[in-house]
Amino acid sequence: MSADIVFAGVVNGLMAGGVYVLVAVGLTLIYGVLHIINFAHGSLLMLAMYAVYFLFRKPLGLDPYAALPLVTAGAFAFAYLLYRGVIGRFAHGKDENILLITLGLSIVADNAALFFFTGDTQTIDVSYAGRFLQLGPALIPLPKLVSFLASLLICALLGLWMAFTDTGKAIRAVAKERQGARLVGIDVENIFAIAYGIGIACLGAAACLLMPFFYVSPSSGHAFVLIAFTTVVLGGMGSFAGALIGGLLIGIVESLGGLRFGEQLGQIAIPLVFILVLLLRPTGLFGGR
Amino acid sequence: MSRRAMLWCAAGLLVAILYPLLFGGPSLIARSNYAINVAFLILFAAFLGQSWNIAGGYAGQTSFGHVVFFGTGAYVSTILHVSHGWNPWLAWPVAIASGGLVGAIIGVLSFRAGLRGSYFALITLAFAEVFRIVANSIPQTRGGLGILIKADQRPENFQFRDPMWFYYLALVLCVIGLAIAWWLTRSRFGARLAAIRENEDAAMALGIDVFREKVRVLALSGAMCAAGGTVYAQKYLYLDPSIAFGVEKSVEMLLVSMIGGAGTIFGPLIGSGVLHLVGEITRDLGNVVPGIKNAQPLALIVYGLILVVIVAYLPDGLTGLLRRRR
Repeated sequence: MSADIVFAGVVNGLMAGGVYVLVAVGLTLIYGVLHIINFAHGSLLMLAMYAVYFLFRKPLGLDPYAALPLVTAGAFAFAYLLYRGVIGRFAHGKDENILLITLGLSIVADNAALFFFTGDTQTIDVSYAGRFLQLGPALIPLPKLVSFLASLLICALLGLWMAFTDTGKAIRAVAKERQGARLVGIDVENIFAIAYGIGIACLGAAACLLMPFFYVSPSSGHAFVLIAFTTVVLGGMGSFAGALIGGLLIGIVESLGGLRFGEQLGQIAIPLVFILVLLLRPTGLFGGR
Repeated sequence: MSRRAMLWCAAGLLVAILYPLLFGGPSLIARSNYAINVAFLILFAAFLGQSWNIAGGYAGQTSFGHVVFFGTGAYVSTILHVSHGWNPWLAWPVAIASGGLVGAIIGVLSFRAGLRGSYFALITLAFAEVFRIVANSIPQTRGGLGILIKADQRPENFQFRDPMWFYYLALVLCVIGLAIAWWLTRSRFGARLAAIRENEDAAMALGIDVFREKVRVLALSGAMCAAGGTVYAQKYLYLDPSIAFGVEKSVEMLLVSMIGGAGTIFGPLIGSGVLHLVGEITRDLGNVVPGIKNAQPLALIVYGLILVVIVAYLPDGLTGLLRRRR
């Protein structure tokens, strides 16, 4: 492979990695605070992508970027209620049980999508989809650049929010020391639901950023769930910095894997990285324990 | 086993043996391949669910990627048969051994790394994905095109003209699966697995070689599942990567076992019966209600909801419910 192709591959991978960061930040936040593995993460992203798709279609015709605040808020509200209504009731039993419950929810979501929206692949046509930006030998589609920058910006804002607001501090307190947080008067159950809501709100934002250059089908959730888990495991479960570095790395690995091994076999990079990290360094790159 | 339980089992087995004589074969009532095939699917899914149950239920090693063993068995026997001219009956034991080997390897790697609970479940999912992508990419499996097994319906060729024989084959597998599960409730091996399931650290403190037992049970479970893979390939005479290693089958095995009752002997059989019943009802709903075009997702929606309820309220599944009512 020539250096130009590798460079273009890395740039493209970084662009894709931006969105993975956003998806993974949600997953890692939920894990870090609630200590649950949210297997429904991919399916909820898929639902958010459908939301973007239907908002874009007539009669609303809402641009995906304009829809971002709406979809993000909607995802937060949906997830808050989902946690209060279903997940929160069972979240603190055995670790596998909550995994199975979120698996059950993902089966319901995937098949509800299949039933109502059919299995067809849906895309949206935005006017700016065909614009490119030249960066050395690499051509970057404009929507990918936007998604990359916006993802990092949203992550930075989330980080600041976690660091400086009262709710953010309460979330970190609950993540560190549940009992202690309760003792100082934090409504722990409410914080759990908010953390779950924010984790899924990240997916709402990711869906808006993805749709201008990606497609959605009922099985999209499945495509993303392993990517999200790989990112989080690579970075270290519960680590924000890990999700950031992990997401970008995964994007690059996926892109270069595709270049080196072709479209088919290149897909193997993600599950392989997942397996190798779990076998060789289960704490990930930035995992504390 | 109590005398009463033994009588019930014998009666159930007798009904299962006579069933095709009523609906299939030399017809006494009405010949219906449909009835035979539904019964085959129930028994077959129950057997695969039992293989999941051996590791996931009895030993508590929840797997999200059990299809990796199913696909291994199916591909090994099919490639030996189609590409190397083996008789499928001879290829079957090799396929079973391969499934056991893959189970042992995944077990050694994962348990050596200390993966438990959710992490083990997720890594099995990743292994199944790796196998699927490899099967999609290498010439030996003919990639996404899949492998067609030439139809040659002779029993010595592991193909039967009458679906009744596949039903009986599934029945035999199912009974073997039940026997293995029953043996786990009686043997020291099973007791050690139960100890590991309930509290791994305590089991280790008692001197149980936790690592070895877990690898063993995964090999056993993998071998069983692989046996089913070969039967599937021989019945449908076609195999491709998404059939052999698709996540749907992993989920089906898990559902069958969890819904019927993980870690119970008859759980997978009950679960399989209930799931197929739900499937038939939703399909009829699709025929009756005009607006419903594709009823398949409806069944899965119901399965997903049942799974949530079972995990939340009925850890022993429907078997536990029956037991409690008594």
